[in-house]
Amino acid sequence: MRGGTRVRWAGCAVAAGLMATACGGGAGFGGPGVMTSSWSDPQNPLEPSNTNEVQGGKVLDMVFRGLKRYDPRTGKAQNMLAERIDTTDSRHFTVTVRNGWRFSNGEPVTARSFVDAWNYGASLRNNQKNAYFFGYIEGYGQVHPDSGAQTADTLSGLRVTGPRTFTVTLSQKFSSFPDTLGYVAYAPLPRTFFTDHAAWLSRPVGNGPYQIESYTKGSAMNLKRWDAYPGPDPARNVGVTLLVYTDSNTAYTDVLAGNLDLVDDVPASQLKNVETDLNGRYINTPAGILQTLAFPYYDPKWNTSGARKVRTGLSMAINRRQITETIFRGTRTPATDWTSPVLGTAGGYRPGLCGHACDYDPAQARRLIEEGGGIPGGRLTITYNADTGSHRQWVDAVCNSINNALGDDRACVGNPVGTFADFRNQITQHKMTGPFRAGWQMDYPLIQNFLQPLYYTGASSNDGKWSDKRFDRLVDRANAETAQPTAVRLFQQAEKVVRDNMAAIPLWYQNGSAGYTARLSHVALNPFSVPVYNEIKVG
Amino acid sequence: MPEQSYEPEGAIAGTGMGGAMDLGVSEAATLERTPGGPGGTGPAGRPRSLWSDAWRDLRRNPVFLISGLVIAFLVLISLWPSAIASGSPLKCDLAKAQDGAGPGAPFGYDGQGCNVYTRTVYGARTSVTVGVLATLGVAVAGSVLGALAGYFGGVWDSVLSRVTDIFFAIPVVLGGLVLLSVVTSKTVWPVIGFMVLLGWPQISRIARGSVITAKQNDYVQAARALGASDSRILLRHIAPNAVAPVIVVATIALGTYIALEATLSYLGVGLKPPSVSWGIDISSASPYIRNAPHALLWPSGALAVTVLAFIMLGDAVRDALDPKLR
Amino acid sequence: MGRYVARRLLQMVPVFIGSTLLIFLMVNVMGDPIAGLCGERACDPATAAQLKREFGLDKPLWQQYATYMGNVFTGDFGTAFNGQKVTELMGAAFPVTVRLTIVAILFEIVVGVSLGVLTGMRRGRPVDTGVLLATLVVISVPTFVTGLLLQLLLGIKWQWISPSVRYGSYDELIVPGLVLASVSLAYVTRLTRTAIAENRRSDYVRTAIAKGLPRRRVVVRHLLRNSLIPVVTFIGADIGALMGGAIATERIFNIHGVGFQLYQGILRQNTQTVVGFVTVLVLVFLVANLLVDLLYAVLDPRIRYA
Repeated sequence: MRGGTRVRWAGCAVAAGLMATACGGGAGFGGPGVMTSSWSDPQNPLEPSNTNEVQGGKVLDMVFRGLKRYDPRTGKAQNMLAERIDTTDSRHFTVTVRNGWRFSNGEPVTARSFVDAWNYGASLRNNQKNAYFFGYIEGYGQVHPDSGAQTADTLSGLRVTGPRTFTVTLSQKFSSFPDTLGYVAYAPLPRTFFTDHAAWLSRPVGNGPYQIESYTKGSAMNLKRWDAYPGPDPARNVGVTLLVYTDSNTAYTDVLAGNLDLVDDVPASQLKNVETDLNGRYINTPAGILQTLAFPYYDPKWNTSGARKVRTGLSMAINRRQITETIFRGTRTPATDWTSPVLGTAGGYRPGLCGHACDYDPAQARRLIEEGGGIPGGRLTITYNADTGSHRQWVDAVCNSINNALGDDRACVGNPVGTFADFRNQITQHKMTGPFRAGWQMDYPLIQNFLQPLYYTGASSNDGKWSDKRFDRLVDRANAETAQPTAVRLFQQAEKVVRDNMAAIPLWYQNGSAGYTARLSHVALNPFSVPVYNEIKVG
Repeated sequence: MPEQSYEPEGAIAGTGMGGAMDLGVSEAATLERTPGGPGGTGPAGRPRSLWSDAWRDLRRNPVFLISGLVIAFLVLISLWPSAIASGSPLKCDLAKAQDGAGPGAPFGYDGQGCNVYTRTVYGARTSVTVGVLATLGVAVAGSVLGALAGYFGGVWDSVLSRVTDIFFAIPVVLGGLVLLSVVTSKTVWPVIGFMVLLGWPQISRIARGSVITAKQNDYVQAARALGASDSRILLRHIAPNAVAPVIVVATIALGTYIALEATLSYLGVGLKPPSVSWGIDISSASPYIRNAPHALLWPSGALAVTVLAFIMLGDAVRDALDPKLR
Repeated sequence: MGRYVARRLLQMVPVFIGSTLLIFLMVNVMGDPIAGLCGERACDPATAAQLKREFGLDKPLWQQYATYMGNVFTGDFGTAFNGQKVTELMGAAFPVTVRLTIVAILFEIVVGVSLGVLTGMRRGRPVDTGVLLATLVVISVPTFVTGLLLQLLLGIKWQWISPSVRYGSYDELIVPGLVLASVSLAYVTRLTRTAIAENRRSDYVRTAIAKGLPRRRVVVRHLLRNSLIPVVTFIGADIGALMGGAIATERIFNIHGVGFQLYQGILRQNTQTVVGFVTVLVLVFLVANLLVDLLYAVLDPRIRYA
């Protein structure tokens, strides 16, 4: 294998003439003990309740710690800033914040840091895209009405009762509410966030193991270990430099050349040679992402009992194993339920719940589709957006698989839509006439998050407008259930309703993948496919 | 600067194939005739024109004959792909993805397990149609508008050139996403129309520049002094002397249009599946160049041969039109 | 001459207004950009409405355009969806793209014209055929593949260059510039070749040779000068295309330039970004075309502008 140091020297020799920075002692771009990692520009301002994609989440995960934190390995919610979260009825919660936590500017983290942050996130005035996370808290309707002006500025369900205690009142029972609090939207915010917002945005200040040293939009962010970090998980490296890349393939090439330490999205075209390229410095671990095909139930053709058989038949016409192995090279695993392996069986993941309906069986697929009256409209079009991800490849492969099973070259075709915004618009305006791509990345590792937002009547991400009273009732009962195992069992019963109707065809569980240079060790991805930066050792 | 004092034959030649004044038409004319072999020259005894001279030259030019044969072959497989390829280009078996050559698949299989040979043969129809028609459209529209701007100058030039500027400003990606996403037709026509709409300014600029230069020649001034009409001067005296750069740009552009079709498809606004084209296959094979170069090689090779044929054809036509080479 | 330039500069005003309006309309036709901001779920209607108000998307189109143009004349190009000022984005993107374009244009002029003269003087010889074959490769293999292979070979295998651009300096941009210029190189070479071959037999060249001028002087002063008009026209029109359309090259070599930002802006339907960038590009087009027209008169003294 090629030596990393030598390569770096070559790269530096070129750069040295122009800039007197970097390239000292073979430490690469960021200096000794500092690692570099690939990044792309966050799409929204870096406010915790406004960040809904991985790139912004990556930064916030380094800079913030919330009441709970999901264990990077198991995904289990554990207390971080929370000393206790007490409830007797799954509706009224009392939160006690641990003593001794501070923001990196020295300000102590108090109950108010949380309550102010949550009120900010919920308020319609602030345009926060994650506002709906506060939707369970009482008074949300006044702070964030569906239409018209807001009648209150703060959530009536939040009350500061002491320097380190506050109470939360929900509008309905939700037993797993404490476990959702690891999501970044619930992070505490320092006073400067409110008093000097512009300055905060250009250099966010938080309470996590890293502090932001400099941020140049569109090119790089330098994060340094915060030496006074009071938490149990301090950074084991001196710092992280996030470099914005135009393309993950370029980042990958830079890792090969030793110009970059970590690429956390190995491009599909390199997966075949990644093991030899990087000499095994490649990880591929499950993430809480499920890809499905959703259906438009507002189209009467898809909302019949015959169509249910057709959907099951289509599911059986897809050779998931072959596609995940050939197209994705093992970075996806064939799905056999509607959740994710990262939940663990105790959390509600149930392999095989889908049963034979998720197995490849072309003969029965053909029979079921025939019995169901054939594909509605005669031809299946799978709609997807062409601008992000490499969806074309797997959609073509799924269509080829269905075509081969049905013995008709033109039974299924992909229908690309130019932009993601246009794709979303067509979905919200109910313009779909056949199945469409649906990817779900969990917000927090709970079975509730894989079911309720997607299949509950009128839920925020129920794009196909599927509705089933039995499912809704089971979810309501599960949310009200205080005992965790019982709640999980009820959710699984609800999941069976989804299965029996094949409300959406589960395709595969998505993994996170990363490649890194020999400088790094202890590299791991958490269940959100974000590198666990604070545990990485450099040198 | 040395004075130019010769009078090219063409400038004073008599009647003939009057209509074929620019690349577009003359190319179409030669295209039509090629499959049937040489033929169609003006009967002996009629006064020789530049255009009939050119045609006589062409018939004896081996470069022209070879390129004609290649183009004829491309037209044939576009019309009857099944003559040389069995099976369907849409029949793909993922189990064979990226496999090398095998029985029935001399070029191997692509990333989806489709037969590269079959797809290359079937892709000819779309790609050749898009390439040739878009080029013709661009060449005709561009050279007519460019020649008008260059010849008449003044207000004509100002208006036409500034319109060209505005068209230049439209990014291809934006134009494609806006204009093509509203089209529901599954044919190649919207794609061709789009290419002509965004492609003509390039040829127009080139043609305008050439016409401005050619206009300065003494024989043009002489023709004008003799009272020749504008259309006669443009067609007889200027066009043959200004057409060379247009031919050069158009023949190369033909290849880029075939590739552009794939770009549009990848933006989700070009030809929708299940259409088959070289461009689509080239772009989908490109990222896998390290693992399966053969899937890229063959459609790219087909594209290269096509472009070569048209470049040679263009060269031959240009030579035939140049009296100095006689 | 002075009046001609003045008139051309005046003409820029309607073109400027026309093209910004056109682009403004086109981005708007693409539909509601807000839906793309909320990830894989529907934006809640209240937030979506609020965002629309904030970005001024709820106003009638003519009013949006008027407000936008008013702001542009005070130097305010608006704000992208992620809160970044468009002027800031342009300040980061244009310098590196200008450098990349300069490198590419230099390749076109130096390599393209030299090869064109060489092949034009030696038509049908092996060197002519060799250049023709190279042209075919360049046209039929996508820039993406050429860039990727050069990056792998020069950057990883032989380690001559850094595979990605980090500071955007000229030496880092040599290989990307070559990749970017490759297709245009084909055009320039063949345009020069054809013009040279055509003019070689002109009387003035024969005269010059007969006068006993050295061959080199004949080629450069007489032959080349009279052959350059189509080439200059092409390169002039190419400047804008290279600046705005280097999407593949900029992606492969990690250049955060105009092509990349414009592409991102279009996909995210970020009107402010797109119109801002295109506005500047239009100015580049206009100036480049004016220069080309003035060059005509330099290259061919018979051409006069009144």
